Amino acid sequence: MDNKISIKAAHKTFGEGERSIVALQKVDLDIARNEFVTFVGASGCGKSTLLRCIGGLETLSSGSIDVDGMPISGPGVDRAMVFQHYSLYPWLTVMDNIKFTRQLQAGREDLTSADVEAASGRADALLDLMGLTHVRDAYPNQLSGGMQQRVAIARALLPRPQILLMDEPFGALDAQTREVMHDLILHVSKLEKTTIVFVTHDVEEAIYLGQRVVVMAPRPGRIDSICPVELPAKRDQDMKLSPEFMQQKKAILHRIRETAGMRTDYELLERMTRQAEQQNDMQ
Amino acid sequence: MSSRHNIFSRWNGLWVIRGHLSSRTYLMFALVGMLLPLAAWWGVSVSGWMDKVFMPGPVDVLSRTYVWFKEDDLMHDVWISTYRVIAGFSLSAVLAIPLGLMIGTYRPVQAMLEPLTDFIRYMPAVAFIPLVMLWVGIDESSKIAIIFIGTFFQMVLMVAEDVRRVPITQIEAAQTMGASRREIISLVIVPSAKPALLDTLRVTMGWAWTYLVVAELVAANSGLGYSILRAQRFMQTDKIFAGIILIGLIGLAIDQLFRWLHRKNFPWMYKK
Repeated sequence: MDNKISIKAAHKTFGEGERSIVALQKVDLDIARNEFVTFVGASGCGKSTLLRCIGGLETLSSGSIDVDGMPISGPGVDRAMVFQHYSLYPWLTVMDNIKFTRQLQAGREDLTSADVEAASGRADALLDLMGLTHVRDAYPNQLSGGMQQRVAIARALLPRPQILLMDEPFGALDAQTREVMHDLILHVSKLEKTTIVFVTHDVEEAIYLGQRVVVMAPRPGRIDSICPVELPAKRDQDMKLSPEFMQQKKAILHRIRETAGMRTDYELLERMTRQAEQQNDMQ
Repeated sequence: MSSRHNIFSRWNGLWVIRGHLSSRTYLMFALVGMLLPLAAWWGVSVSGWMDKVFMPGPVDVLSRTYVWFKEDDLMHDVWISTYRVIAGFSLSAVLAIPLGLMIGTYRPVQAMLEPLTDFIRYMPAVAFIPLVMLWVGIDESSKIAIIFIGTFFQMVLMVAEDVRRVPITQIEAAQTMGASRREIISLVIVPSAKPALLDTLRVTMGWAWTYLVVAELVAANSGLGYSILRAQRFMQTDKIFAGIILIGLIGLAIDQLFRWLHRKNFPWMYKK
């Protein structure tokens, strides 16, 4: 099996004693090399926690996460992470943000000047790929949200990570910018051969991007179902309107609603409407 | 009719909540704010409504400042007071910044030092003066010590808070990029907190001047605070006024210097 990431019986509890919360319960999942897996689920389902565990920012209470067959211990340069926002360094220009990892490695003696030069060329290439060349000397707060996320992705890609972990990276963007970013990230995944684990609350986004959509359920956080996406590998925006897409979106939304334990109480709404009407009549 | 309407709507436009002012209008309002109290002061002094001994006018204060400069070595008083403030303040900053950085970064350090600092901070610095005089004596170091006590504990807590305000995602991003703990502190936490730190220094500098006056009122034979106290003994209210205004002006100048440093060092905060 050519598994890049292998999650075995992952269990995570926050807090102690009676007030503890089970964020992840017995999560098993294998993610293949160069696969694009998306996670959706109601809030509190543990999708972000799982991503942070893979990134090494949280440790599992029990179970294990292997990358290339080796159990992970803490964060590592092989697993880059893109956050929803506030992760760029506002005091650095776009270019210096992207080269931030190089600044870290510059302190290590085992780096030759050829390595540094190669990294510099790569920074320029990424700038180009992300359409950021014209803002290379700008500061992050001069950029739109979409541009800022491009910088964050370029920065994450600089050291050629084999895995890219994305935690609702487009959650704060408007719908049009988001579409552009979707096609960009699909392009990146093909070009860089990166394994991408992508957490979102947007089902449409999850289907459009993912080869598999993992639906998680809350209380306790667990995997509810795994849905392979039956769309042509080469995606385009019109597919979102195809019957297959709609069908899958409907099925996943149903699963999320069912597991969320939250649903619109139509009976209550109707009763309230009736009451209001009665009061209006009396007046 | 229409021009009256125009003036009215422009006047109304000034009072938009959190609205904008052109820099010319801003300057106009600032000047009114400065000149109005000055005019009122001058009016009271020439009206003869209050005895000149208690309420000298702006002109008296100016001429007294000139005499002080000419005959009483004003510049020495200014210099010695500024020296004390800067010495006490710098000593406090040099210790408070690394300590606050550690408190804001490492939880065990926070648990060990923050409650203690919070406790000491509520002890009035002024009450330490007798103790300081017994321990340190009445030379320069005692004034510096009082300024230090007055500013240090506040500063530590404010620095710790500045450090804690560094967004956690900035730190986590560095962790996922393979930064070591030391690299995270020097390449993320410090540069990220720097603008807030400079503001903290600016605010505490103001307090340092307050404690200078306290220190000089109690134990000194030179300086602006001391001169104010002595002027009271000789009923030289104009000199008291002069001393207070001078301290205000020096404070304002230092404040502006800090603001200038802020713009100079953190250009990214001012670009939009």
